[in-house]
Amino acid sequence: MQLTRKSNEAPKVEKKTLGISRRQFMKHAGITSGGIAAVSFLGTGMMRKAQAKDVPHDVPTEIKRTVCSACAVGCGLYAEVQNGVWTGQEPAFDHPFNAGGHCAKGAALREHGHGEKRLKYPMKLVDGKWKKLSWEQAFNEVGDKMLDIRKESGPDSVYFMGSAKFSNEGCYMYRKLAAMWGTNNVDHSARICHSTTVAGVANTWGYGAQTNSFNDIQNANAIFFIGANPAEAHPVAMQHILIAKEKNNAKLIVVDPRFSRTAAHADLHCALRPGTDIPFIYGMLWHIFENGWEDKAFIQERVFEMETIRREAKKFPPKEVTHVTGCSEEEVYQAAKLMADNRPGTVIWCMGGTQHHVGNANTRAYCILQLALGNMGVSGGGTNIFRGHDNVQGATDLGLLFDNLPGYYGLTTGAWNHWTNVWNLDMEWMKGRFDQGTYLGREPMTTPGIPCSRWHDGVLEDKDKLAQKDNIQMAFFWGQSVNTETRQRDVRDALDKMDTVVVVDPFPTMAGVMHRRQNGVYLLPAATQFETEGSVSNSGRSQQWREKVIEPLFESKTDLEIMYRLSQKLGFAEQYTKRIAKDSKDMLVIEDITREINRGMWTIGMSGQSPERLKLHTQNWGTFSNKTLQAEGGPAKGETYGLPWPCWGTPEQKHPGTQILYDTSKHVKDGGGNFRARYGVEYKGDNLLAEGSFSKGSELTDGYPEFSAAMLKQLGWWDELTADEKAQAEGKNWKTDLSGGIVRVAIKHGCIPFGNAKARCIVWNFPDQAPVHREPLYTPRRDLVAKYPTYDDMQVHRLPTLYKTIQDRDMTAKYPLGLTSGRLVEYEGGGEESRSNPWLAELQQEMFVEINPGDAADRGIRNGDTVWLEGAEGGRIKLQAMVTPRVKPGVTWMPYHFAGVMHGESLAPNYPEGTVPYVIGESCNTAMTYGYDPVTQMQETKATLCQIEKA
Amino acid sequence: MATMKFLCDTKRCIECNGCVTACKNENDSALEWGIQRRRVVTINDGMPGEASLSVACMHCTDAPCQAVCPANCFYTTEDGLTLHNKDTCIGCGYCLYACPFGAPQFPKKGAFGSRGKMDKCTFCAGGPEENFSEAERQKYGSNRIAEGKLPMCAELCATKSLLAGDAEIISSIFRERVAYRGSKNAIWG
Repeated sequence: MQLTRKSNEAPKVEKKTLGISRRQFMKHAGITSGGIAAVSFLGTGMMRKAQAKDVPHDVPTEIKRTVCSACAVGCGLYAEVQNGVWTGQEPAFDHPFNAGGHCAKGAALREHGHGEKRLKYPMKLVDGKWKKLSWEQAFNEVGDKMLDIRKESGPDSVYFMGSAKFSNEGCYMYRKLAAMWGTNNVDHSARICHSTTVAGVANTWGYGAQTNSFNDIQNANAIFFIGANPAEAHPVAMQHILIAKEKNNAKLIVVDPRFSRTAAHADLHCALRPGTDIPFIYGMLWHIFENGWEDKAFIQERVFEMETIRREAKKFPPKEVTHVTGCSEEEVYQAAKLMADNRPGTVIWCMGGTQHHVGNANTRAYCILQLALGNMGVSGGGTNIFRGHDNVQGATDLGLLFDNLPGYYGLTTGAWNHWTNVWNLDMEWMKGRFDQGTYLGREPMTTPGIPCSRWHDGVLEDKDKLAQKDNIQMAFFWGQSVNTETRQRDVRDALDKMDTVVVVDPFPTMAGVMHRRQNGVYLLPAATQFETEGSVSNSGRSQQWREKVIEPLFESKTDLEIMYRLSQKLGFAEQYTKRIAKDSKDMLVIEDITREINRGMWTIGMSGQSPERLKLHTQNWGTFSNKTLQAEGGPAKGETYGLPWPCWGTPEQKHPGTQILYDTSKHVKDGGGNFRARYGVEYKGDNLLAEGSFSKGSELTDGYPEFSAAMLKQLGWWDELTADEKAQAEGKNWKTDLSGGIVRVAIKHGCIPFGNAKARCIVWNFPDQAPVHREPLYTPRRDLVAKYPTYDDMQVHRLPTLYKTIQDRDMTAKYPLGLTSGRLVEYEGGGEESRSNPWLAELQQEMFVEINPGDAADRGIRNGDTVWLEGAEGGRIKLQAMVTPRVKPGVTWMPYHFAGVMHGESLAPNYPEGTVPYVIGESCNTAMTYGYDPVTQMQETKATLCQIEKA
Repeated sequence: MATMKFLCDTKRCIECNGCVTACKNENDSALEWGIQRRRVVTINDGMPGEASLSVACMHCTDAPCQAVCPANCFYTTEDGLTLHNKDTCIGCGYCLYACPFGAPQFPKKGAFGSRGKMDKCTFCAGGPEENFSEAERQKYGSNRIAEGKLPMCAELCATKSLLAGDAEIISSIFRERVAYRGSKNAIWG
């Protein structure tokens, strides 16, 4: 049998597959087409009929404008609703991002309105059986458990895993919930997605976000992908990319260990060895400097310490680059030359770049490449960093992170002061919510928590090595698939060991079913984003207001309601919702939450996007250009779609949003900017501010520091504030002045509130000032370890972190194959939702590993064979072999969306009845290994080792 | 009347399968697990020269399926669409032999199982039953053509690779693309 990825062959009826037989597939298919079968085990009255088939064609149709919940492109669509049932989906040809286009996931979005496999009501595990609960019981039991644990182990023993699937309002309220509970043990999947980007990029030029927009890629003359495969991960982005290729003859360069579906459209594909991004970029820079292709004027005016990079790049002449990366000298030269000859060019990266133990340095290296070429702050240039989940940008912005409060304010006392001020709360009350102790010299309130990538270490690690009072005893898994985390065996042990596990999700997810517990697991059904409303930020920082399509299915509740009810149970609802109105059903008025976000988010200019403005944009999609994103007419004339931040000042100031960051050719009031003055004004006596470069119309015609009350006074602009503004702004800076007066006056004079500085090529507060190549912890190239070693072991925030200890062991004899992972277009994230969608599941029914024909032949493996793959730490998974030249000899690749099978054993019996996804399979992360970025605790999923044998 | 055609621009197709799930979504009532009226075929998979093409019934003008059908269940609409009648179809599979594109699909519950009627792309134009009737919906799926809309697969295509509609309009869209790209980047090459 030939294994093709998208087989349309008849499933073999008799063949047993991993955990679920083909016969069972057919059974499930029967349920899907029947629709009513599901009711039989649910009983009546508790589920809404959600079948389009039940609605006659001529019933009046309501049209809702909503946004796809798969990736962060943010595709719009029209949902058709009849009798409260989501019966149809129509393309939004007038939507500025996608012009009606969708990938497999977006085109199957309506299935959310069926939700056959979803959790239907709250449940708890009692002696190995799932038992139905009322919501009231659930809130009481979960809340009492939290309070008990708080009493014994302190607030830090409860972990709040959040989600990039929340609306902005949901993200914000979740972070606030954790804060008012009294812990920083809150995080979400951005940790294992783009945390290294946020850290690396923000520390280079100010903000850690995509600098341009998807649409702006249409203006590029070269497009450089490194560790990105938009054809599968962000398919609608390809619409813009292929337009650039067609109309500008833009050159596409793909740097990826695999010949990906994106590479199939490229002019040049460089198959580097996993984990050698930095040598590759230095190799390109070597040619750029050698040939004088760098943008000297740009560097002189706007870049700090390119000299260090020049020295570093010298260490990577073509021969060495080829030796380390495996790419030919010609390929690296061509990559550099194509980028130099075709400006402006854009650089696009995703998980292939970020998910490394040197991830932060990778992202800085990519930025430095763009700085050298002078491609920043221009249309068609920039670093277009594609975010993963639909609202992971928003979740990051709103501080759903272990080391931040909303708006990247950090966790300093100043940051807490700012937010308690926004919340109208007393700082002493806020402090009192936290553990007052000191652990390993750290105080919980101002110390980053335990990261999403390693919550299980927070459960399993020796208590004395943790910088908090006690281990994690209880965790919420609120919209997070734990199968996306490496070291699945430890994840399972941690789930087993905790006192209580609470899953809040539309689906049971792995946290609910992969453990070996008999008791103490709660499953609370959350509604999807189509059953509520709120704003969502796409990768390009544009915000969109999602209309509610249908009422919550079954007994699901919205995220916001669950959070609010919990806060009521826990006794801080009054503080939690102090500035937020409640409606007649005692539900939070969501627009008030958006307004509170606006009130506090000065740092990134998420202050001007009022709910009214966002709704206006949603209602007027067609007035925004698909090419420029600007409204050429209509009620939002002159504004950029979704008011991408920074959208300076208050909503009344009507800032149009900033599509392209750091663009000096525009006035700040029209979305112009420059690099941010974030790291002081000088370093070791050298000036960090821009030299002779400033944004159009700026009255300060050189670099300048960030604005504060004191600076306004120095400049003689203080009296331009109103009396009220003066009162609020006194002693504050642009980030903490809630009146917005400082921002307003700065902009009036054409100045950017955050100052005007150079981008920096060295980050003195990071372990490596300039990016340094370090071999992966599990490297197949032992000969390079001495020259390019990893770090020494270190304590990162609350957890000890290993580096050298792991790299010192040579595992290559037992595990000779390189192993990396990635995405499939049909599935998303942990895949629980998309594998429960029959239209998608049908297209990808088997977990597989790609292996080169040579490596397969050496092992006697034929295409389609069942194989055992063993990771370098001993995790074993059983899956199918796909023998393909897509991967080079010595490299193997797996998709990461599967779960529901572990060590060859099906977890299907652990699911509540009727919730097993259509497709289950081994999680690749059972075989994935240790490795964390020292700055952000990003996990290493892209460079490890394995062995494969025929099963 | 129009002459309806599909065209898949291989230089734009990224094998995202949006067209496949769009079809499933729109014609859900008539389809079952295993029936895919549209699918994406990839050549040179995983190596330089890889190209993908979305394929379904091409609605041939002189349709071979129609020519060979012993039960005479095919008919051509005034828009040039080749449709068939599931009530008269005998499920023999002869059309599958004749079709150059592998468009005819058969239920997957065993070879030619209990419901052996052939199924294929209708260009989202339903079937011989009354427009929007329950019978049409159950047997053929949606009828977008009667609503004045084009097939869902092309309407939702991520990169505007798959085009559907009047042949003349499609060809003018495609001609403009080729003018930018140069002829050697037309479809193949």
